[in-house]
Amino acid sequence: MRLAARGLRFAILAVFAAFFVVPLAWLILAPTKSDEALVTSGPLAFGGFDRIAQAWQHLDAFSDHLYRMWIGNSLLYAVTATAIVLVTGIPAGYGLAFGRFPGRKLVLTLTLVVMIMPAAALVLPIFLELNAVHLIGNALSVILPFAFYPFGVYLAYIYYATAVPRELLDAARIDGCDEWSTFRHVALPLAKPVVALVLFFSFVADWNNFFLPYTVLADSTQYPIQVGLSDLLSSTPSFNPAVGGGGQQVNIFRPELALATLLAVVPVAIVFMLSQRALVRGLVGGGVKE
Amino acid sequence: MGAGAPAQRKRRRHTWPGLVFVGPYLPFLVVFGVLPMIYALGLAFTDDAGGWAGFGNFTRTIGDYRFLPAFGHILLYTSVWLGSLVVLVVGLTLLLHGRANRVSATFRFLFYIPGALAGASSVLVWLFMLDPAVSPGAFLLHDVFGAQLFVESIAPGKLPFIFAMIAFWTGAGGWIVIMYGALNTIPQDLEDAARIDGAGPVTIALRIKLPLIRKWIAYMAILSFATGTQLFVEPQLVNQASLGQVPDTWSANQLAFQLAFRYADFNAAAAVSVDLLAIGLLAAALIVTRTGLFRTDD
Repeated sequence: MRLAARGLRFAILAVFAAFFVVPLAWLILAPTKSDEALVTSGPLAFGGFDRIAQAWQHLDAFSDHLYRMWIGNSLLYAVTATAIVLVTGIPAGYGLAFGRFPGRKLVLTLTLVVMIMPAAALVLPIFLELNAVHLIGNALSVILPFAFYPFGVYLAYIYYATAVPRELLDAARIDGCDEWSTFRHVALPLAKPVVALVLFFSFVADWNNFFLPYTVLADSTQYPIQVGLSDLLSSTPSFNPAVGGGGQQVNIFRPELALATLLAVVPVAIVFMLSQRALVRGLVGGGVKE
Repeated sequence: MGAGAPAQRKRRRHTWPGLVFVGPYLPFLVVFGVLPMIYALGLAFTDDAGGWAGFGNFTRTIGDYRFLPAFGHILLYTSVWLGSLVVLVVGLTLLLHGRANRVSATFRFLFYIPGALAGASSVLVWLFMLDPAVSPGAFLLHDVFGAQLFVESIAPGKLPFIFAMIAFWTGAGGWIVIMYGALNTIPQDLEDAARIDGAGPVTIALRIKLPLIRKWIAYMAILSFATGTQLFVEPQLVNQASLGQVPDTWSANQLAFQLAFRYADFNAAAAVSVDLLAIGLLAAALIVTRTGLFRTDD
């Protein structure tokens, strides 16, 4: 009876594990096969490594190395924006936690409201605003909105307000530190875990964002990878038969599309692994705190 | 802390230095947070010549034949998604929490991995999964959903469920980790006491663990509600792959996008955006006031 219950519990968990993992396994295996083999051989069969190289050649040849440009653009947008987020957000969280200045409460409330509001709701207004100052089509039209990341400010604020005792900072001041060196030598080194968290969340949010760049960029050489993937999707005959009939042979089939999707995840996976320790501790820490 | 502490603290407070640290962040908050909201409001209540339009743009867009379907779609999608998210995340977390630690950690990790594939990548993965020609779940598509062809898999009536599945695939793992962390805060004595009183694992899960993570469930539901209403990339990509079977105004954000860029009707687009902003703000207000998770004061 007890054994049956445990078996049932394990079975349910295993079914869900399959649901989460099988699509990924398929995605990893797909580029090892030709488009025909994808249909004829077993969905989780392995093809050959030479196929991956060929898929990459096709993908890279697509519109003159457009795929590389997309990855490069995504890196440029996400890295620059995240750097600005860290430089503005960590001090802001510190200032909000320990500073006393007029409007502090207003800044906190606005940060909260904008943070909880889904970013997509602001995309069209931001487009109109950027349009009014003629920034549309400029890399800045992606980087600047990405550089506003209220969640990062809030994380830093909560961290400083709850995990860093005020007495520590006062001690530094008594030792002769001015405001800036207190921050630089005491508050900033203490914030390492929160810096890792903000870096991760901001980078991933920027990397995966589709709606904003799709709206503010016009030229496909400026696209980040997420928007590029949608371009690639409409060049794949299996999902868009009109492409094949148009006589436009671009050699983008399902294995190429799968490879493109897979490669687009690599930077997120790397950043995830780099910040994993802080991340896991942070996620669980949020729950463990009294 | 002694009785003298508050007075001492008050004396210590500086007025201006904090502002220097907040300063560089302020322009971003104003330009990309506050101004867009004000700008959208301004446009929504004016006409294309800049004159006052009252609620004209709102009544005009509500009367648009695409408005009700678009908002109906996101409403249906959001309720399907929220329902499955709450039930399955809570259920899976409770199942995981009763297990030996290493098994549970492995499962949590497996559930969490798809989180790396958000946005367009996750939609592409599921376009493959829904293509009966190549999907490892082809037998399910054939036998359970009666779909032999890709276009049958993504028939419009199934979309709210498909999008809910995609969102669950990428997002559930993260929430499970958070819920699991919350469950870990429950003192072991509480569980032991219940067990001595004769409670089985199911009773403990439902009567003790569940009520104690209620706040986190509410937080997840409200936050997911707000993002659910903003659906864009999923229907946009499915529209591209569906040969016109799925309209490009399927979701509310898509409708606003089309109004702005195909019809250059920015006032109508702003009106739809303001509808969505209002929904988002409502959810934000609910989180801030109801759950008490965020305190703006210390």
